Amino acid sequence: MEILVCVKRVPMVGGKVVVTPDGQDVDTRMSGFTVSPHEECAVEEAVQITERLGGTVTVLTLGPAEAADQLRDMLALGAGHGVLLETDGREWGPIATAAAITDAVRRRAAGPDGGYDLLLFGNEAADTGDYQVPVRVAHALGLPCVTGIKNLEISESPDRAGAGANAGAGAAAGARARREYRGSEEIFDLALPAVISVKEGINLPRYPSLPGRLRAKRAVIEQFQPEFAGEGLRKEMLRVPPGESKRAEILGTGADAVPALVRLLDELGVLS
Amino acid sequence: MTVLCLVELDGGGAADASLRALAFSRDLAASTGPASTGETAGPAGESLAAVVFGPAAGVPADALAAAGVSVAYAAESDRLTGYAPLAWARAIAELAGVSSATAVVAAATDRGNEVLAHLAAITGVPMAANCATAARAPDGTCRLVRHRWAGSLLEDAVLDASPALLTVAVDAVAATPAAVPAAIMVNAYQPALDDADVAVCATESAERSGGVSLATARVVVGGGRGVGGPEGFGALEELAGLLGGALGVSRVVTSQGWRPHKQQVGQTGTRISPELYMACGISGAIQHMAGCLSAKHIVAVNTDPDAPIIAHADYAVIGDLNQVIPALVTALRARAGSP
Repeated sequence: MEILVCVKRVPMVGGKVVVTPDGQDVDTRMSGFTVSPHEECAVEEAVQITERLGGTVTVLTLGPAEAADQLRDMLALGAGHGVLLETDGREWGPIATAAAITDAVRRRAAGPDGGYDLLLFGNEAADTGDYQVPVRVAHALGLPCVTGIKNLEISESPDRAGAGANAGAGAAAGARARREYRGSEEIFDLALPAVISVKEGINLPRYPSLPGRLRAKRAVIEQFQPEFAGEGLRKEMLRVPPGESKRAEILGTGADAVPALVRLLDELGVLS
Repeated sequence: MTVLCLVELDGGGAADASLRALAFSRDLAASTGPASTGETAGPAGESLAAVVFGPAAGVPADALAAAGVSVAYAAESDRLTGYAPLAWARAIAELAGVSSATAVVAAATDRGNEVLAHLAAITGVPMAANCATAARAPDGTCRLVRHRWAGSLLEDAVLDASPALLTVAVDAVAATPAAVPAAIMVNAYQPALDDADVAVCATESAERSGGVSLATARVVVGGGRGVGGPEGFGALEELAGLLGGALGVSRVVTSQGWRPHKQQVGQTGTRISPELYMACGISGAIQHMAGCLSAKHIVAVNTDPDAPIIAHADYAVIGDLNQVIPALVTALRARAGSP
């Protein structure tokens, strides 16, 4: 099972987001970077699948040279290869991002390693939240796609040629994907290869092992420089929502505050 | 010229998220005034159309009319046995042509974002997800405000595309009715679908989760890092039970494996909108606050009077939740026990 997981380098924000004075970016001078939470789970899911069925996990990102750090973090979790689509640091929109990923997938399919059986993404990037890159990649590659998945079962075909056969054949490689829907679940069956985006909660990502970290440090990361293209949704300005700048009314300290707390709950009408 | 809005059904009526998307769509349609050339001719704004998947008899016509919808399309096909994202997008692409849609809108639900992303890929146009407001500028572009970081950051943007594809940040828009209800026409519509369009099609699980749903609970008792470990949630659960509410937790709690992810409140968990959110031992990282922006009242229990949560809360108790909450539980039990 050859699996591609696409991840994005995003600022690690804590208590508040600070915007740069020109309003174009999040101020990251005081923050570190990480991978979007959904995507870290996508990597964990891919590693678990290959641990069970064999194969390799390739982790790919589009971003500045420093995004290699995030690829190494994911290699430390058990991914085997890293691919960096290196940018000059400008923010790429979802159309151009999907096109660059599509090119990378096609390039690999044309080479000796062949194509991927499964392309995993996070449901949405933590920062821009565009909710569309996986779907655009699926369309460009002509693959089935489902998003927002919280549970994934992969069944392998006896021989890889079985992929793409009719979903009803039973022997074909397939995915059963589940997502939450109004207190219940909806279930999707997809023939592989397919594009699937997942949400945090699908698994609990492992901590990197020491050997994993060492392997990641030495790993060679393949690099490409895709060409930037602007698109029809243009950012003008980022701003922090006008906060109500609340100042909480202090009800008291420790257990002494309980009578005031009970009165408040009563006033709010939440005591039956 | 039309703004076309996808309406999802919930228990026979229009889903609350879709009613909000309709209010957003109506404002967008009304913003399309005549170009500022000095002429006053032309209708004030565009009409509002809705698409519902299923038989015409299942269209909640009264609710849609109240929201200002003048035409509702009931899209139905023998091939559609359930929710199929690509098929829905194909049908909406056809209807966007039929209704001369200048914009297509959906609530930013799992389905709404997914279907509009397919529509964007089919038509090769951009899509703006999680918009809070949108209006037509005189030059025909859409000026919009959209959420980044799940609403912790706003982006002012210009969308230059036809049709404009927008999903609506549901928390940011109220489900207001139109000033004047529309006279509504319901049209059955048969989209042309092929096998590939329905290859990915959902079946719904019969299983329902029991208990009070976190997303709709009237009271949520939240626990964070300050709970200290997996064994510390008993008192919080007891309090939630006494208040007829649900337990919610922060991301650190689920990342540590102290509680299951389905109890997470936040950007990557559940969005809650309770009457009361009691956040105990929760620092108030934006990842968490994004999940409880819609809470009516927030009470924080925290040892640190400078924690970010205090700036988001209406009331605070400064102290250790492991002392405050058991004492509160005791007081509420005594109160319930007394005549």
